[in-house]
Amino acid sequence: MLQTETICVAASGDIVAVRHAVRRQAVKIKLSLVDQTKIVTASSELARNMLVYGGGGEVTLELLQEGVRHGLRAHFVDAGPGIPDVNLALRDGFTTGNGMGLGLGGAKRLVNEFSIESTVGKGTRVTITRWR
Amino acid sequence: MGDFLLVTIQVDMHDQLASALQDDLTNKIAKVNAKGVLIDISSLDIVDSFIGRMLANTSAMARVLDAQTVVVGMQPAVAITLVELGLNLSGVHTALDVEKGMEMLRRHIGITELDGDTSASD
Repeated sequence: MLQTETICVAASGDIVAVRHAVRRQAVKIKLSLVDQTKIVTASSELARNMLVYGGGGEVTLELLQEGVRHGLRAHFVDAGPGIPDVNLALRDGFTTGNGMGLGLGGAKRLVNEFSIESTVGKGTRVTITRWR
Repeated sequence: MGDFLLVTIQVDMHDQLASALQDDLTNKIAKVNAKGVLIDISSLDIVDSFIGRMLANTSAMARVLDAQTVVVGMQPAVAITLVELGLNLSGVHTALDVEKGMEMLRRHIGITELDGDTSASD
């Protein structure tokens, strides 16, 4: 495992920077165009969630290799208020903001692996992986 | 074209820019009394929920202002991702390219005018 890149998300322009960085890494491991689009879109949703609900945070991208398999993993870490009920937050249509409530559940559908850890008062970490 | 507005989105828009475009476009529709709006997104390599919402809102606002919106040129990979994300863009008309979108608008406006004629002769 090789750590490749960390991007700070503090303003909406940084979401664009996250999209570009994820795209760059996805191209590097030769994900198909559809799979690139999926992980870039999922990352855009998660980076925005982090900014809107977590007060900003950091995205770290890693390239993985397991035998012949290559993968791209992205961690979204904030020190925001945390999510009291993660299962509820994953449900489509659930939102406490003014979005459409597709962010978490939608992002989960677009990747191969998805995990979320959240502690109220401490923050949230979401990790997604897309394999080639 | 007179009656139609054509908007081509050529950059990866951050959220404020997408919101600004939505407002500008809505104002422009009212100002020039546009009957149709074509939004060309063929340069966009992703549409996430924010941009999707911007397209849906613009389309809804245009409708209230008596204008029809057609979103054209969505890349197949974007369409696949959008549906899996859970965004079906209901209420947003789409066409494959600008030409087909224009046809769609002409047809729609033709029908509306026809309706107008019928009611005028009643």
